[in-house]
Amino acid sequence: MKFKLVYQVAFSLLIARWKQTLVAAIGVTISITMFVTVLSFMSGLNDMLDGLITNRTAHVRIYKEIQISDKQPADYLNPQGHNFVSSIKPKNELLGINNSKTIIESIKKDDRVLGVAPKINAQVFYNVGAVDLTGAIFGIDPVEENRLFKFSDYVTAGNYIDLKNIPNSIVLGKGVATKMMANVGDVIQITTSKGDQVALRVVGVFQSGIQDLDNVQSYCSLSTTQKILGQPSNYITDIQVKLKDILWAPEVAKEYRKIYELNAVDIQTANSQFETGSSVRTLISYAVGITLLLVAGFGIYNILNMMIYEKMDSIAILKAVGFSGKDVNKIFISIALSIGIFGGIMGLLMGFGLSSLIDQIPFNTESLPTIKTYPINYNPRFYLIGGTFAIVTTYFAGFFPSRKASGIDPVIIIRGK
Amino acid sequence: MNKVVLEAKEITKYFHDPVTVKILDKVSFQLEQSEFVSVIGRSGCGKSTLLYILSTMDTDYEGDLLIDGISMRDKKEGELAIVRNEKIGFVFQFHYLLNEFSVLRNVMLPGLKLGQFSEKEIEHRAYEKLKILGIENEALKDPNQLSGGQKQRVAIARALINDPLLIMGDEPTGNLDKKNSEIVFNIFQELAEEYKQTLLIVTHDNEFAARTTRIIEMEDGHIK
Repeated sequence: MKFKLVYQVAFSLLIARWKQTLVAAIGVTISITMFVTVLSFMSGLNDMLDGLITNRTAHVRIYKEIQISDKQPADYLNPQGHNFVSSIKPKNELLGINNSKTIIESIKKDDRVLGVAPKINAQVFYNVGAVDLTGAIFGIDPVEENRLFKFSDYVTAGNYIDLKNIPNSIVLGKGVATKMMANVGDVIQITTSKGDQVALRVVGVFQSGIQDLDNVQSYCSLSTTQKILGQPSNYITDIQVKLKDILWAPEVAKEYRKIYELNAVDIQTANSQFETGSSVRTLISYAVGITLLLVAGFGIYNILNMMIYEKMDSIAILKAVGFSGKDVNKIFISIALSIGIFGGIMGLLMGFGLSSLIDQIPFNTESLPTIKTYPINYNPRFYLIGGTFAIVTTYFAGFFPSRKASGIDPVIIIRGK
Repeated sequence: MNKVVLEAKEITKYFHDPVTVKILDKVSFQLEQSEFVSVIGRSGCGKSTLLYILSTMDTDYEGDLLIDGISMRDKKEGELAIVRNEKIGFVFQFHYLLNEFSVLRNVMLPGLKLGQFSEKEIEHRAYEKLKILGIENEALKDPNQLSGGQKQRVAIARALINDPLLIMGDEPTGNLDKKNSEIVFNIFQELAEEYKQTLLIVTHDNEFAARTTRIIEMEDGHIK
């Protein structure tokens, strides 16, 4: 049978009961709206929480660990036997990575790597009057650090780039700054672990959202840190690597450990608690999403089912004048699909609208300086799933009752009168 | 002798609910072209049931049914729909028009389904049929704006749209008053005489039956 006729009949049936059609379409719209909104919102929140860690953490961190040698001289002399050596101490050596420049150059050539940022870890004391506060200074390359780890997002006062432009400058952690009552432009005193006193100019205040960090941590440029520690300009303690895909981290870390004979730790191992939290949150949002879709699916099914049973008479008449069961099936599936497509598109649009609205709601929290409104993830995948689901559900919601209706003899309906 | 349009061969039908009852018992008869036949009998004698079987809408029976010399016994649901569309026009006791469509559209629907002519031609033919029945002025109204008699005439126009081999009626005047019954009967008579249309009408109006060319009287599932 010609499709045109099927659509004409379907359209007439739809229009004749437009209120009912509208209710059915609204049912689809609401469920798809809620699905898209809830998933966008939940996934936005999830990404924000994940971002707390992933934005600031290197995917692979290469560093040198002070540890005792695996093999003692006795093991080389007598490789077969058991050697008992007690009270082994680590060798006195620098924490700095040897040959760091060459290593960085070679890592940069790796296709999987998005960027490399060198870092120096320095233990210091902040001098506040007569009191010394323990603290740590990270020597960083401000430009690279910002490109890879969004450093500027966490600098709440001052400008991060001044680290590079102003010699002997420091970006203080928020907690440290409060304790020292230091503002941008002030000069503070620190004492290194070797006992040297250094004066540094505060060019910014840093707030990571993790209070324990903000209370001890500060940032200086690489050269300033090297100067504080009295180390040469090739002194680097950490190489932070950001990969194109976070999932490659364990494999890459393993590889680097072998190549460079240094310690390399991947983000998954270093933050296993975060991994668990993140996967549980993802699981929750999917569970909510699936529940929403299931409930919506049954709603759509119910409405269409009702609609088709109400149209039983029309089905009987159509069959009596020569429409086959297949035609009836096609007509009702077209009806169901039109409702699904119309309701689905409306749902996607409204879902987008509602998420944008939530995106405007102010959300200020002490720990997240960069977040001003509720986070929303506008992932097209949610829209794709929602749209596909609307069409598939309405198809089946139309298919089952219409198949039942198309199968029976029209007489059964006509005689029932 | 005229061509045999419809032949029933020992049609037997049971109703199973609530207990198995034999409602038709080996009903056999032939219907020739341009016959105007009425089927009469008391309520419950199986005349409507027979008609539904003959119209291919009820497929749950024993025996065989030949329409235009072709057996309907083993045809699939889709094929039967095509037979109904092409060869049978049906008029029910209740008009059974689709309220979702205009009168004209209702008449056109089986024609559109058959797809033998273009939509424009079908519209033209529908107007012609409505003219035969004297209701061409109501063409663009909705079915529920018409009177009972008018609705029944629309239903007849719909039955005629594909120039069927046979028109079947299930008490087509059952719901109409005297005057409208008369109009409908006259239309049937005109169709039979002028257009040589074969008609098979179930009725319990004996007056109506008496004016047809042949009467089949049924009793307890048999032809008397």
